[in-house]
Amino acid sequence: MKKTDVNTYQHYLKVVDCQQACPAHTPVPEYIRLITQQRYSDAYMLNWQSNVFPGILGRVCDRPCEPACRRTRVEDKAVAICRLKRVTADYKEDITERLPKAPKRQNGKRIALVGAGPASLTVARDLLPLGYQIDMFERDAKAGGMMRSQIPQFRLPHDVLDEELNYILDMGVNGYFNHPIDSLENLLNKNYDAVFIGTGAPKGRHLPLPGYDDCQLDIKIGIDWLSGVSFEHISEAPKRVVVLGGGNTAMDCCRTAKRLGATDVKVLVRSSFEAMKASPWEKEDAMAEEIAIMPNHSPLEYKRNDDGSIQIAFEKVISSYDKSNNRTLTPTGEIVKVDCDLVLVAIGQDTSFPWIERDIGLKFNDWSQPILNKLTLQSTLPQVFFGGDSAFGPENIITAVAHGHKAAISIDLFCHGKQPENRPDSDFNLISQKMGMHEWRYDNQIEHHQRLAVPHIDWQQASQQLATEVELGFDEQLALQEAQRCLNCDIQTVFTESKCIECSACEDICPLDCINFIDDIHKSGDANTLLAGKLRVEKATPEQDYFISDKLHTGHIMVKDEDLCVHCGLCAERCPTGAWDMQKLILSNIEATIK
Amino acid sequence: MSYAKSTFRHPNLKVNDIGLTYRDYEGVVSTLCAGCGHDSISAAIVHACAELSLPPHKIAKMSGIGCSSKAPNYFLGRSHGFNSVHGRMPSVTTGANIANKDLTYLAMSGDGDTASIGLGQFAHVIRRRLNMVYMVANNGVYGLTKGQLAATSDKGARNKAGDISPFNEIDLCVMALQLGASFVARCFSGDRQQLVSILKAAISHEGFAFIDIISPCVTFNNQANSKRSYDYVQQHISTAAISDFVPVKDEISCDLPAGNYDDICLHDGSLIRLYKSDENFKCDDKLHAINMIEKHKVKNQILTGLLYVNPAIDTYHEVNQTSDTPLNQLREDVLCPGQRVLSSINESFR
Ligand SMILES: Cc1cc2nc3c(=O)[nH]c(=O)nc-3n(C[C@H](O)[C@H](O)[C@H](O)COP(=O)(O)OP(=O)(O)OC[C@H]3O[C@@H](n4cnc5c(N)ncnc54)[C@H](O)[C@@H]3O)c2cc1C
Ligand SMILES: Cc1ncc(C[n+]2csc(CCOP(=O)(O)OP(=O)(O)O)c2C)c(N)n1
Ligand code: SF4
Ligand code: SF4
Ligand code: SF4
Ligand SMILES: [Mg+2]
Repeated sequence: MKKTDVNTYQHYLKVVDCQQACPAHTPVPEYIRLITQQRYSDAYMLNWQSNVFPGILGRVCDRPCEPACRRTRVEDKAVAICRLKRVTADYKEDITERLPKAPKRQNGKRIALVGAGPASLTVARDLLPLGYQIDMFERDAKAGGMMRSQIPQFRLPHDVLDEELNYILDMGVNGYFNHPIDSLENLLNKNYDAVFIGTGAPKGRHLPLPGYDDCQLDIKIGIDWLSGVSFEHISEAPKRVVVLGGGNTAMDCCRTAKRLGATDVKVLVRSSFEAMKASPWEKEDAMAEEIAIMPNHSPLEYKRNDDGSIQIAFEKVISSYDKSNNRTLTPTGEIVKVDCDLVLVAIGQDTSFPWIERDIGLKFNDWSQPILNKLTLQSTLPQVFFGGDSAFGPENIITAVAHGHKAAISIDLFCHGKQPENRPDSDFNLISQKMGMHEWRYDNQIEHHQRLAVPHIDWQQASQQLATEVELGFDEQLALQEAQRCLNCDIQTVFTESKCIECSACEDICPLDCINFIDDIHKSGDANTLLAGKLRVEKATPEQDYFISDKLHTGHIMVKDEDLCVHCGLCAERCPTGAWDMQKLILSNIEATIK
Repeated sequence: MSYAKSTFRHPNLKVNDIGLTYRDYEGVVSTLCAGCGHDSISAAIVHACAELSLPPHKIAKMSGIGCSSKAPNYFLGRSHGFNSVHGRMPSVTTGANIANKDLTYLAMSGDGDTASIGLGQFAHVIRRRLNMVYMVANNGVYGLTKGQLAATSDKGARNKAGDISPFNEIDLCVMALQLGASFVARCFSGDRQQLVSILKAAISHEGFAFIDIISPCVTFNNQANSKRSYDYVQQHISTAAISDFVPVKDEISCDLPAGNYDDICLHDGSLIRLYKSDENFKCDDKLHAINMIEKHKVKNQILTGLLYVNPAIDTYHEVNQTSDTPLNQLREDVLCPGQRVLSSINESFR
C-alpha cells in the first residue's frame, strides 16, 4: 500500500483535530499544556499569536474546535477548549511588554482598512509590526464591529473587548472613527498600496408576511434592534416579545429582551429544535432564563389586534430530511396564534456594498458578492482584498480572524511585487518528548473524569442585568482539572520502519486498538476499502486517516488508525527498539497554514 | 513509566457470547521488558479466551518461577491463579485439578522452569494425563536471572554474554510426544494468528495439551547470532499445516476453500481444520511428528503448528475414577464420611 507522506505536516496536523478545525489553527493542546503548568501568560500569548482575541473568543467563540475534539470519540464530551482559552486571559499577568511593536522606521507602504471589526483588526495587527502605515476607516464611533454592536455585554463585557482591541489600536493604527466610506473609487484615488474591506454583513433580513404594513412599527430587524441596545438608543422592551428565527442572533435578541423588561419571551422557529442554527449552549442558556423555544412553527401572517398588540399566525410543520440532508417542511394544518407587543426578526443577514461603484473593475457575482480568489482573498481589482463576513457572507469572529491573517499575507506579498498565490508555507518540526526510559516531557497519563461545568451567576439575577456577565469563568482549580482532560493530540506517534522487529508489543498495549500489523496489500485505491475487514477493529470515523508504513522486513506493513489514538505513549513505552517515538508537532508561522 | 492502561475503549470492540470484550480478559500492565515475546503470548491468551467466551472465573492460571511464570499477572485479571515454586507448577496444578475439574487450567512455564529444575515434574504430569494446557515460553535462556543458557538451547548456541552451550538441547515437544501427551504443538509468539487458533484448540482439547512457544527474550537473547531472536525465527520458521479452529456453534460452511485440508473433531464437537502445505503431513502419528521435527532441524528450520493430537484418550480423572463434583461442592458428610468408613478402609488393608 502507499506509505503515508510524512514529509509535510499535513498528516500530523490532521491528527490534531481541534487545531485543524480552528479556522486560525490555534495550537490548542499546547496552550492547554501551558495552563497545566500554570504558565498563563505564555498560554495567552500563544493564543494571541494565532487567534488575536483570546479573552473575547474565550467567551463567545463559535468553537468549531469542540465538536472536533478527539475526546468526544472516547467519551461524551469535548474538552472545554473555549473556556480554557478564557482562563489564559483571566489569569495572565500584564503582557503588554510582550506584544510586538511597530518599527520606528516604516516600510513606506500605506494600507487602508474599511471597517474596524475583527477581520480588519487582524490585518492591522499582522501588518503593523512589518512597518506598514495602517489607516482604518470605521462608520461607528468605536472599533470592534459586531463584537461591540451585536454581542450583548452579558456575554462579552466591554472592558474585555476594549483591552484586546487596544492592544492592536495602540500599536499605531491611524483610526478614523465615525467615518463611513461611501465611495471605494474615492478611497482608491488616495493611492493606497492596498485596500482591505472588512465591512461585515450588516443588513438584516426582513420577513414581509401578509399584514406586515399594518404592524411594521412593532416589527424590528433583530440585529438593528441589538445595536440600538448596544448604543443605548433602546433601553426597554414591552411585556410580550416574539423572536422569529433560531440562530445565535435570535438567542441574543430573546435574552436581551428579557433583560430590558419583557416577561413573556418566545422564540418561534421553523426548524426542529435539534436543527436550530444556534449553538447548543446558547439554547441551554436561553431556556435557563425561562425563555420558551417553540420549534416547528412556520409563520404565516401578522395581524394588528384591537388592543394595539400584534397577533402572528403560525402553522405547525414537521421537518424531515432526505438522504442528502435536504430539509422538507410538511405542513400539518394546525394553526397556532401568538399575541405579542414586539416582533424581532432574526432570520439572517447579508453583505451590502452600495458604496462600491460597479464600473471600477471590481466584479461581483450573481448574488452581489465580490468575486474573490479563495486562497488569497484578492478581488478582481488586484489592490483590493476582502475578509470577514464581507467576503463570503456571515460567519463568525474566528473566521474573520483567519481571513485577516490570510489577507495580511496576500497584501504583504502584493506590496512587494510578488504573486499572492505563491504563498510561503509554514515550517514544521517534530520534537521528541522522550526524557528517559519511560519518561516523557508531557503528562501521558489519561484522566478519565467528565467535563466540568463553568460556574455562572444565579439565573434569576442574570436575566435582569444587561451588562453583567453571566459566566464567571473557571476558577483556577477547576481550570487545572479540566485542562487535564486534554489528550495531547499534538504529541504525534512517529514510526520508523527500519527499527521495528515486529514483536507486537505496541499492537497489544494500545488501549484503543489503533495499531495493526498486516500483510501488505498490492492494490491501489481508497484505503478504507482496501483495509476493510483486515484490521483489529472496524473503523469508527471513516473521515479519519490511517498512518500506513513502508514495508517492514517481513513484508508486513504497519497500519495505524489515527482515529481514536489518545496519545498515551504506551506504544512507545513498550517498544523495545524505539521504532515508535512520541514527538510534538510544532508549526512556526501558523498563519501560513491557513489555506 | 505508565502503570495503567486507559480504560477508554474502541466503540466497535466485538462483544463475545457472555457480553465481554477482549479487554475484560486483560491483566495489569506488564512489567516485563518492552518487546518480550512473553507479552505477546499473554495477548494471544487474552484473545483466545475472549473468542471462546470462557467465563473468567472458570479459569485458573498456574505458573512456576521466571519471567514467563510472572506473565499470568498480565493476562486474565479476573481469573484465579497460583504462582508456585520454581519447577513445581505441575504438582500444584495436579492438586488443584484433582480438587476441581471444572476449571480450565492454563499453565505458563519457561524453558528453565520446565526443562531444568522442573523436568521431573513435567514428565510426570504428562504421564498422568492431566487435563490442562501446559505452555512453555521458550526463549533459550533464563531471562529472570539475566540470561544464562537454558537446556533448550542448541549445542553450540551462544548467549549475549558469550557463553557457549556445550550439550545437546532438550526438545520439549519430542519429550511430550514420547511421554504420551495427547495434544502437542509448537508456535512462535510472533505468529499471533496461529498461536490463537492453537490455543483455542488446546483449551477445547480434553486431555494434556502441550504448546512449546518460541518467545524471544529481547534483552538477553535477541543478538545477531541467537537462534531465538525475532530475526532468526522470522526467517527460519516453517509451518506444515495452517490450523483453523472452528467452534461448535459455527456451522461448517458448504463452500469450503480450495486446497488440501483435514478436519479433526475434538471432544466437545469443535473442529481443528488443517490446511496442509506439506502433502504428507499427518497429525495423528507420533513417530511421524518426531520425524518431521528432526528433519526440519537438519534443514535449520523450526517446524511450527499442530504436531500431534489424539482427541479420544482417557484423562487422569477417568483413569482414576475421581469425583465428578469439585470437592468444594461436596457436602461435608460426603467429603468426610466419618469413623465407620475409615475403619472399613483400614480393615481392608489388614
Ligand atoms: C447578534 C449576533 C451575535 C453574534 N454572536 C457571535 C458570537 O457569539 N461568536 C462569534 O464568533 N460570532 C458572533 N457573531 C458574528 C460575528 O460578530 C461576525 O461574524 C464578525 O464580527 C465579523 O467580523 P468582520 O470583521 O467581518 O465584520 P464586523 O464585525 O461586522 O465589522 C464590520 C465593521 O465595518 C463597519 N462598516 C461597515 N460598512 C462600512 C463602511 N462603508 N465604512 C466604514 N465602516 C463600515 C461596521 O460599522 C463594522 O464596525 C454574531 C453576530 C450577530 C449579528
Ligand atoms: C529453587 C530455585 N532455584 C533457582 C531459582 C532462580 N531462578 C529464578 S528464575 C530462574 C530461571 C527461569 O528461567 P525460565 O523458566 O526459562 O524463565 P524465563 O525468565 O526465561 O522466562 C531461576 C534459575 C529460583 N527462583 N528458585
Ligand atoms: S499513543 Fe500509542 S498506545 Fe496510546 S492510543 Fe495512541 S497508538 Fe495507542
Ligand atoms: S513495539 Fe516496536 S518493535 Fe515491537 S512491533 Fe511495535 S514498533 Fe515494532
Ligand atoms: S529478561 Fe527477557 S524474558 Fe525476561 S522480561 Fe525481559 S525480555 Fe522477557
Ligand atoms: Mg527462559
